Amino acid sequence: MIAVLANPFRFLAFSRWAAPVLGLAAAGLIGPGLWLGLTAPPDYQQGETVKIMFIHVPAAWAAMLAYACLGGASLVSLVFRHALADAAARAAAPLGAAFTGVALVTGSLWGRPMWGAWWVWGDARLVSVLVLFLLFLGYIALRASIEDEAKAARAAEILALVGLINLPIIKFSVDWWNTLHQGDSVMRAGGSALAPVYLTPLLLAGAGYACAFGALWLARIRGEIWRRRARSLALRAALA
Amino acid sequence: MSDHAAVAQALSAGRYGAFVWPAYGATALGFAWMIIDTLLRARRWRRKAERLEKGGEP
Repeated sequence: MIAVLANPFRFLAFSRWAAPVLGLAAAGLIGPGLWLGLTAPPDYQQGETVKIMFIHVPAAWAAMLAYACLGGASLVSLVFRHALADAAARAAAPLGAAFTGVALVTGSLWGRPMWGAWWVWGDARLVSVLVLFLLFLGYIALRASIEDEAKAARAAEILALVGLINLPIIKFSVDWWNTLHQGDSVMRAGGSALAPVYLTPLLLAGAGYACAFGALWLARIRGEIWRRRARSLALRAALA
Repeated sequence: MSDHAAVAQALSAGRYGAFVWPAYGATALGFAWMIIDTLLRARRWRRKAERLEKGGEP
């Protein structure tokens, strides 16, 4: 499958229908997920602020998914020097930054009424997600700051690969250190700690966010392919 | 739960409305930016490439 899609023309043909399908799937999952979440009863401890969970947690999941895709695409690009993998890595970064930004802002708005603070520097989960945000911004800035696109890609790929170490740190930060942030509630040994009335909408929204990332990622890779095509045509015209 | 009660429950954030609704607003803004920026960029580069393929000015 990946080998087939490595051809830009086949990828364009595939993504032409796959991106809208994923977009429709995202709308079909996020809509019902948020509706079920908003109509769920208030949590006995967190009250109505539990409504923030259905947008905050999926945004954090999508941010980590985006970084995993950025890292995977960077590895393939670095090892095989494949242009489409480089385009995929470049396309994932702005989406990852946006999802991480949303996770940070919604988390802060959830933390203020629950913890009495907008931000806690000593909290490993918060700081590791902030590092994720800075990694996305650093990747984007690095690519923009070096004029030679090939050199920029190599430098950004190395940064992306080094940053992969942050993903397990984010995941296990609540286990390794004492944090204000609650521990794992969904993916933990022994099953989810969430009641089905919260778990079902959360999983629906999470799947919807993943589909939304997939749709937007494919659309951005298409744009990147067209950008490279336009650049090479412009160079050819200038040399003719 | 009736439709009216469900809508009332969905819109009810009690004393936490000042935190819940800005969080939903920030999420909507984030999605709006991602969708608009992605579609506009893709369209701009596709049109530029197509113009160049036809031998037009860059």
